[in-house]
Amino acid sequence: MTRKPPSVALTNLVIAFVILLWTLIPIYHMVVMALSPTGGTPAGQLIPSDPTLDNFALTLTEEHFLVQHFWQHLYNSAFVALSVAFLTLFISTLASFAISRLKFSLGGAVSGTALLTYLIPASFLAIPMYVTMTNYDLVETRLSLIMVMVTFATPYAIWVFVQHADSIPRELDEAARIDGASPLQLYRLVFLPLMTPAIVAIGTYALLLAWNEYLYAFLLVSQEMNMTLPVSIGYFLLSDEAPWNLLMAVGILYSIPPAIFYYAVRGYMSSGLTAGAVKA
Amino acid sequence: MVASGASAGSAVGLVRRQWSSRKSLTDHAWALIMVAPYLVVFALFVIYPVGYGFFLGSNPQSYIKLLNDPIFYRTMVNTLVFLIVAVNLKLFLALLISGFLASSAPWVRWLSFIFILPWAIPSVVTILSFRWMLNAEWGLVNNVLWDAFQVMGPAWLIDPVLAFGAVILVHIWKYLPFWTLILLAGRLAISKDLYEAASIDGAGRFQSFRFVTWPGLAKLYITSTILSIIFSVGDFNSVYLLTGGGPGDKTHVLATLGVRYAFGFGDIETGMATVIIALPLLIPFVWIMIRRMRSADK
Repeated sequence: MTRKPPSVALTNLVIAFVILLWTLIPIYHMVVMALSPTGGTPAGQLIPSDPTLDNFALTLTEEHFLVQHFWQHLYNSAFVALSVAFLTLFISTLASFAISRLKFSLGGAVSGTALLTYLIPASFLAIPMYVTMTNYDLVETRLSLIMVMVTFATPYAIWVFVQHADSIPRELDEAARIDGASPLQLYRLVFLPLMTPAIVAIGTYALLLAWNEYLYAFLLVSQEMNMTLPVSIGYFLLSDEAPWNLLMAVGILYSIPPAIFYYAVRGYMSSGLTAGAVKA
Repeated sequence: MVASGASAGSAVGLVRRQWSSRKSLTDHAWALIMVAPYLVVFALFVIYPVGYGFFLGSNPQSYIKLLNDPIFYRTMVNTLVFLIVAVNLKLFLALLISGFLASSAPWVRWLSFIFILPWAIPSVVTILSFRWMLNAEWGLVNNVLWDAFQVMGPAWLIDPVLAFGAVILVHIWKYLPFWTLILLAGRLAISKDLYEAASIDGAGRFQSFRFVTWPGLAKLYITSTILSIIFSVGDFNSVYLLTGGGPGDKTHVLATLGVRYAFGFGDIETGMATVIIALPLLIPFVWIMIRRMRSADK
């Protein structure tokens, strides 16, 4: 590697600065607003003139009527996201094991339907999904949101898992079978351990997909005790004088978990999720 | 001797065949059990809603109603502009930025973590932040314009054209990081030897892009464009949370217009018709994508 001349280094710094600015301005703006006094005129300032943590305190102690169920909503979001991640992993590792390792005769058809489902934009199914959930009598339950998100996360999960599974040498299965392993043991003792990186990546994908979901969350669950955080944030807008500073504080608290989670597993994400895409 | 040897051989063969057919039978039974949870979800939450959706959208009256609604034409134009401008601009920027990230020093890794934030954190929050930034009277953008240049900024979200431009901007902000990472992975998969060979042959930056990077990346770039078109048709949040389709319902896209009919006016059939009318736009891309992804499977 030759050393780059200083002019290139400078250009790189400028580009990096522009990218950072572009990325961070709306996020920085959230922080500035969240640090401004609750009732004050939310004028767009670059630096908060009178910084305070009141909005965070109000939220965490639930002392404003718009955040009176903050912890319940946070719990609902976590419950939905974790359930979706668990169910997606459960359903799609089993299915991909059957397709890739047991050579399920209809495997091609199954992965084809998964692929097709993956390519339906989720919002296009909003109307019939709502009617479906009404017919199943699941509207207003967290289960309805969980099942919808599992439905949308599973197809991509199966596709990625099948690709990873196909790259595991078959000799491992054969060796285990000679030792008398049943398919279930193969799945537990050979397949799952070898799939760990992809499982972490897909688990995160499903978790973030469910945690961040807005459209289905507000369509399906608007009941006060069952709704998730994004829905309660959306309700701020219905209030006559929406306290935007408070809204942004709630928003930041809601954004921190996915950011931390993504940071913790970022090594798995790029290898696990982009590998499939690059091949296509 | 010969006969008994043959029969012994065939007996072994028979046992082996029986054993293997029993094994494959249990394998098949296991496979069926293991695929069953997926099939149940698929039947209950894909087949049934899709079928129901087509049933709801089968009333010709709702299409007539839709075609007589002036908002529908505006929405069609918006959707097309959104797909052409937002998708291509986003992917072109992703191509440039991925090149920057691929070629730069280790400190850029940190940059790429910050860069991914828009994609990782919920859009409800960030889009509402944009919405307030663009507020004509109190927003950050117009405040900065006034402080720096004594210019009165426009009413960003009140003018339909500017508002739709803002929708495109927000969409790009949100999804640029994801596609940049995809293209970055594609760039990193290109062999370093090719770049060295090109540089020995005296290729400059542009030439090495043209003769090494682009040939290695073109297929992925096109795949990403098609996939991004499919996803972007369904982008509900960027419009709904930033403008709500306003002002005067002039910034809707098909995804939000369907929801507006169905849940704003309780007209589920027209809402469904809005979605179905978008399918001819979508199906060719889905078809190409399935062919590409299936051939990648092999």
